Amino acid sequence: MYTFKHGVHPEEMKELSKDRQIKIVKAGKVLVFPMQQHIGAKAKPCVKVGDNVLVGQIIGEADGVISANVLSSVSGKVISIENRLVVGGQKVESIIIENDEKYDAIKGFGLERDFNTLSNDEIIKIVKDAGIVGLGGASFPTHVKLSPKDPNAIDYVLVNGAECEPYLTSDYRLMIEETETLIKGLQCILKLFPRAKGVICVEDNKKDAYEKITKACSTISNIETALMKTKYPQGGERQLIFAITGRKINVSTLPADAGCIVDNVDTVISIGNAVCKSTPLLRRIMTLSGDVYNETANLNVRFGISYQEVIDAVGGFSTSPEKIVSGGPMMGLPVFSLDMPVSKNSSALLAFSKDPLSKEKETNCINCGRCVSACPINLLPTRMLKAAKMGNFDEYIKLNGPECITCGSCSFVCPAKKPLTPYFSYMKFAVRGYLNSKKEAKK
Amino acid sequence: MELRLNVQSSPHVRDRISTSAIMLDVIIALIPATVWGLIKFGIHAAALVVISVASAVISETLYNFAVKKQNTIYDLSCVVTGLIVGLNMPPEVPFFVPVVGSFFAIVIVKMLFGGLGQNFMNPALAGRCFCLISFAGFMNNYTSRMSVDAYTSATPLILLKNGHEVNLLDMLFGNIPGTIGEISAICLLLGATYLAAKKVIDLRIPITYILTFVVFIMIFGQGKTTNVNYILGEVLGGGLIFGAFFMATDYVTSPITPLGKIIYGILLGVLTGIFRLFGKSGESVSYVILISNLLVPLIESFTVPTAFGKGGK
Repeated sequence: MYTFKHGVHPEEMKELSKDRQIKIVKAGKVLVFPMQQHIGAKAKPCVKVGDNVLVGQIIGEADGVISANVLSSVSGKVISIENRLVVGGQKVESIIIENDEKYDAIKGFGLERDFNTLSNDEIIKIVKDAGIVGLGGASFPTHVKLSPKDPNAIDYVLVNGAECEPYLTSDYRLMIEETETLIKGLQCILKLFPRAKGVICVEDNKKDAYEKITKACSTISNIETALMKTKYPQGGERQLIFAITGRKINVSTLPADAGCIVDNVDTVISIGNAVCKSTPLLRRIMTLSGDVYNETANLNVRFGISYQEVIDAVGGFSTSPEKIVSGGPMMGLPVFSLDMPVSKNSSALLAFSKDPLSKEKETNCINCGRCVSACPINLLPTRMLKAAKMGNFDEYIKLNGPECITCGSCSFVCPAKKPLTPYFSYMKFAVRGYLNSKKEAKK
Repeated sequence: MELRLNVQSSPHVRDRISTSAIMLDVIIALIPATVWGLIKFGIHAAALVVISVASAVISETLYNFAVKKQNTIYDLSCVVTGLIVGLNMPPEVPFFVPVVGSFFAIVIVKMLFGGLGQNFMNPALAGRCFCLISFAGFMNNYTSRMSVDAYTSATPLILLKNGHEVNLLDMLFGNIPGTIGEISAICLLLGATYLAAKKVIDLRIPITYILTFVVFIMIFGQGKTTNVNYILGEVLGGGLIFGAFFMATDYVTSPITPLGKIIYGILLGVLTGIFRLFGKSGESVSYVILISNLLVPLIESFTVPTAFGKGGK
């Protein structure tokens, strides 16, 4: 079985929602489309207030090399372009569309296509036009990932079906329910990389999905499946690449440098939909789980629907939650308002009646080394925290701090309840600023 | 429904482990050795252990009160320190000795340096060594009113040094003179197994420590290289097992880096070998660990692990 070194085992909690079939959520009257739902430059609005838009129409154009299109998921009228709050806490320029509930789509929407008849450039253009970004959480524009310098140097296309975050079951449901589209999507990617073989990587707590996929791709020569040990963060890009290929990348190298392309299950399915069914990325699958929902669910949600509407779709909360998390509990973002749109990076909406963490008190570090044995990157988190707290950037860099992937493993195991990961998330940006100012001082 | 949501940076779940749970595990692991010591040495020894723990707890409480800080005794680390000080006492010392030992350990070595996690040497051992120096007469007298057997007060290490044979089975089970907690290797190993199974201690330090020590005395033991009785006697005697598994593994005063732990173990083994073979006193383990504690920052500074994906393969 494939795995990496170190890591942690949080309680899985997937049984809460793993047997819930994906249900479609009906869109409301007004939908919000932020222009920044991806890593990179903000998209540029290409519609005006008063314009009529169709399902699948590009309303925000990718601006620059690393950027992604934003598409309308409904048909209707642009009623406003204004700044709206998004989960990260920023206000982002957003296009507000009034849904006419007719769902008139753009020309050619939903037409079947054979990917073998398309050229590589055409496939990449379709992916770009469809607004596809990594749906695992980082939201890196997929067409950029699919265009490495030398496509012939790629020998692995890894489909990340680890879903190592506790609670989340959306990728699992997709692997079970849309096995064929998944394999189609992978074949589209493999067409771009003639020397690569595709590996669909699944953790061993999802054996039924693994077996279903293995059976479905048994006749395809360049696609394999790999069963991985259930461990967090097995689905981290660096950990996944290491587990399958034994190759190691760090903060300054890309998967392509190790001959790998890594894409999340939902991303690959979206590629399959866009290329083979002319259906661009208009929705994402979200897991609604935790202990306060009247009903946990896996939902197919059109972008632009507000979190409140998503929660209402499953019957709301039984008791008032103390904490809501957008994404998984290890790396997700805390939600402070439900008046926010579902966007490309909203992988889940977890709600908890209790937030025991807020009552925990930080105590002295006892140097137990649990963070060291948990760190998948081989760092010394407790020493990094000391350096970070003192603002000692040089020491932080000497301790390889910038390599941190903020997976949360060290915070998870810390008996002294130290806020390790929050500091490291901050230091990611602070170190960059420090190095820049140092460079400028040299000039 | 109006929502009042907590907003905090990830992760949003945490393991249940806490400092007090770890300390409780150490206390549980020391129970077999403590019980055996009390059976062997009787009511006076029991009182010594109780006094030692109580004075550690009271010292910490008073210190926190004096400096107007929140009381930290609930993390149970002072109980562990007090217990280890007590278990390091010979069975018949007067009651004031463990009081001084615990006070020194808690207030001088631990609290004055910033409390748990900030001390640069093992508090319990520092307390013991303070007593060894201050009350040498009491601390080196291992006679017990409970034991009237052949060995009287000569510890196995003294017998070995004088070229005698020792009874290994007695050492294993704890029918020898010594401090309250160190005599039974079996009880100590039982506790150590518990700690290792619960992943409280990392076996890298104790194992490299003991192996290095064995290799060292085999090389430099002047003609005793193959004398099994001598080598096992040296390993089982003089608190080496107690020190290796319960004191050298103290989190705060041992290196945190994986490679550092190995180097630390080797250092302990070599120093113990030197002290035992070429030194005058048998009391080497405590001093060796304290000296090595001081070298921990140095060891850590050159054993920072290579980050994933950096350097060579």
